[in-house]
Amino acid sequence: MLRKVLYIDLTSEESWVEERQDLFEEWLGGTGVGIKLLMEECPAGADPLSPQAPLIFCIGPLNGLFPAITKAVATFKSPLTGGLGESYAGGRLALAMRFAGHEAIVVRGKAERPCYISINGGDVKIKDATSIWGIDAPTTGIILREKEPGVGRRSIIRIGPAGERLVKYAAVIVDTYRHLGRLGIGAVFGSKNLKAMVISGTEHIDLPDAKRYREVYNKLYQTAVQTDVMEKYHDIGTTININVLNYLKGLPTRNFQSSSYPEAEKISGEVLADDYLFRRLSCAGCPIGCIHVAALKTAFSQHHEFEVRKVSYDHEPIYSLGSNLGVTSAEGALQLIDTCERLGLDAISSGVVLAWATEAYEKDLITPQETLGVPLQWNNVKSYVQTLENIVKAPNEFYSALAQGVEFASVRYGGRDYAMALGGNEVAGYHTGPASIVGQLVGVRHSHLDNAGYAIDQKAAKKQLDPEQMVEEIIKEDDFRGIFNCLVGCLFARGVYTEENILDALGAVGIVKTKEDLADLGRRIFEEKYRFKAREGFDLARVRVPRRFFETVSTLGMIEPQTVEDMLRMYREKRGWT
Amino acid sequence: MTEEVKKPKKRRRLKVAHPERCIGCLSCMFACSRINAKTASLKDSAIKIQTQGGIEGDFRVIVCRGCQDAPCSRACPTGALEQKPDGSVVFHEELCTSCGKCEQACLIGAITLNKDGKPIKCKHCGACVAFCPHGVLELEEVS
Repeated sequence: MLRKVLYIDLTSEESWVEERQDLFEEWLGGTGVGIKLLMEECPAGADPLSPQAPLIFCIGPLNGLFPAITKAVATFKSPLTGGLGESYAGGRLALAMRFAGHEAIVVRGKAERPCYISINGGDVKIKDATSIWGIDAPTTGIILREKEPGVGRRSIIRIGPAGERLVKYAAVIVDTYRHLGRLGIGAVFGSKNLKAMVISGTEHIDLPDAKRYREVYNKLYQTAVQTDVMEKYHDIGTTININVLNYLKGLPTRNFQSSSYPEAEKISGEVLADDYLFRRLSCAGCPIGCIHVAALKTAFSQHHEFEVRKVSYDHEPIYSLGSNLGVTSAEGALQLIDTCERLGLDAISSGVVLAWATEAYEKDLITPQETLGVPLQWNNVKSYVQTLENIVKAPNEFYSALAQGVEFASVRYGGRDYAMALGGNEVAGYHTGPASIVGQLVGVRHSHLDNAGYAIDQKAAKKQLDPEQMVEEIIKEDDFRGIFNCLVGCLFARGVYTEENILDALGAVGIVKTKEDLADLGRRIFEEKYRFKAREGFDLARVRVPRRFFETVSTLGMIEPQTVEDMLRMYREKRGWT
Repeated sequence: MTEEVKKPKKRRRLKVAHPERCIGCLSCMFACSRINAKTASLKDSAIKIQTQGGIEGDFRVIVCRGCQDAPCSRACPTGALEQKPDGSVVFHEELCTSCGKCEQACLIGAITLNKDGKPIKCKHCGACVAFCPHGVLELEEVS
C-alpha cells in the first residue's frame, strides 16, 4: 500500500503528492494521521477561518477493504469552539479517496474566487465555481454530477449558503444524506472560497495474501449481517432511541426543560419507519444499510399537487429539531432537517441554537424587533424555517449572533443557564446522567461520540456503577475510539471490530500490530489531541456546565453539580494531569 | 459394471431478480474483485452498481445476462470469447488482442476492459450472490 498525502494549495493553485511512510507507520491512518498533520500544518493561534488554517481529510488502512470501514475523517481548527475540529462522514468519501490513491488530502490557503477541487486519481484541478456560489447543497451536487467523471464510484462533498456565509456550525454535505456535520467545517470551506470537492479514481489494492484476506473478510461480513450486533441500525435505525430515551427520562425536550416528551411517539423511529420511510441505503462497503430516507409529501395546492422531498433522518436531528423544539409531528421535524440540508447547517447545533432562542424569546431576553417579527415559539415550524434562513442571511445583529453558536449568543443576550453547549459545542440528544455531561466535556472534540458517555449512563442505570467506574469507562472509550477512528470505521460497527478482529484485519493486509501497540497508539493520539487543544487555549479546569443539566431529572435521577465536579477531578487525576 | 451416465450439467446464470431492493453497499462488486481478480477494487468487478442521479436515484445493476446467442462472442474476431454448446461464454486470454469489440457489442454495458484492454467478463460463478445482503441477485439454472 502506497502511503500518500495529496497537498493542494488554493492560494498558489498548486498540488503535489508526497509519500509519507513515516506518518502512516507511526500514526496508522485516519484520526492519528489527521491530528499529526494538523499539528504540522496549523500554526498556533491561527484564525480558523484564515488561509493559514488547513483542511485535512484522512482515511485508514482498512477503508475500502472490510465491511463497515466506511468513514473518512476531516481534521481542522474549529471556528465554533476555537479548538480541535474533527468530523466524520460515510457515504462514498472514504472509498473515493482510497481509489483515487490518496490516504490523506491537505488543503491549504485560500482561492482568489469561488472554486471547487476536482480530483480524479492523480489528476487534480482547481476549477471555477463562481456560477454555483450561493446555490443550495443538494443542487450543487446535481450540477457537479453532470460535469465530473467517475459515476458510481466518486464522492461529491459540498457546502450550502451557510458555509459560504461562515455560519460557525455550517456543515459539509457528503454525497447526499451524509455529512461532515459538526464543529463548523462548512465555514472553513467557505473561508477558503471552496464550494466543493469531487473525488474519484480507479486504483485498486493488491493484497499480500488474497486467501487470508478472504477468510478475514468473510468472518467480519458474517458477523455484521448474521448476528444481532448491528440489528438496531438495520431495522428502525438510530431513531429507535426516541421512544427508548423518552421512557428512560433521557430525551431532551424543549431545550432540556424536560427529559420526557408526551408527544415522543409521533416523532418516534417506529412512526417514521411505518409511515414515512421509503428506502434504506448504505455507505459504500457496508452491508447494513442504516441510512433511512423518508418521503416528505406536502400538498401545495387543493388540486392534488405535491412536493415530494427525500429526507434522511437519524436520532440526533429528530431530537434537536424535534423534541428539543417541542415539534409534535414527524412532518415538522423532517421539514426542519430538510432546511438544514439545503442551507448546509449542522442539524444538532441548529436545533440547540433554536431551542435556546425560543426560551430566551419566551423570557423576553429577545424582542420581536430583534427577530424581525418572527415569533420564536415551540412547535412553530414555519418560524423555525424562517429563523434558519435568517441565520444564514444574517440581516441584523441578532441573527449574526445566532450564526456564531449558542455560547456566543448567550454571552450577548443572556440565558447562559440554558445555553446547552459543552466545551463550546452544542450538545447531543441525551440527558442520561453525569457520564454524558462529563464525556462531552472531556471529549477531544466535545462530541457525544468521543466516548459515548450516554451509553455509560445507560449501563449505570442497569447495573450500579459509581462515579469512579464511570470515569474509567469514559477513559477506556476515549482511547479505544482513537484506535478505531484510525481505521476509519463506522462506530455502529464497533461491536464487530473487537480488538482481536482489528488485529486480524490489519494482519490480513500486511500490517502487523499487537494489542500493546494499539493501546499505546490510542493513548498517544489522545495526548496529541490534548496537546493541540491546550496549545489553542483549552483548559478542562475552566469548563462551563449549563445549570439546566442540574434542574431537569435525567435517566439516573437528578444530577448533582458536585458529582460532575468530582468526576472531572477523577478524570484529571487518572489522566495524570494534577 | 454399468457405465455411469452423467447428467449434463445445467448452465447457471446470474439473474438480477430484485434490483429495487439494492441499498448501494457495493458488497457484490467487492466480492467479485476479491474472489475473481484477487484485488480490492471496484473496476476489476464484472458486476457494476451504477447510481442514476446520485444515491437519491435508483440503483442500476449491470451484469452479464448470459445471452443464448451472445453478441460479445460474435463480435470477437479471434475466438477469445468462445460460446460453448451449453450457451456459456468462456474467455481465452491468450487469444485476446485487446481490440475492445466485445465491449462495444454489449448493449447493456456488462463488459468493461481492464488496464490491458482485456474484457472483465462475468463467469456467473455466484460470488456476488453470496454477499448481497438484500437478495437482489440470484443464480438460476438455464434449461
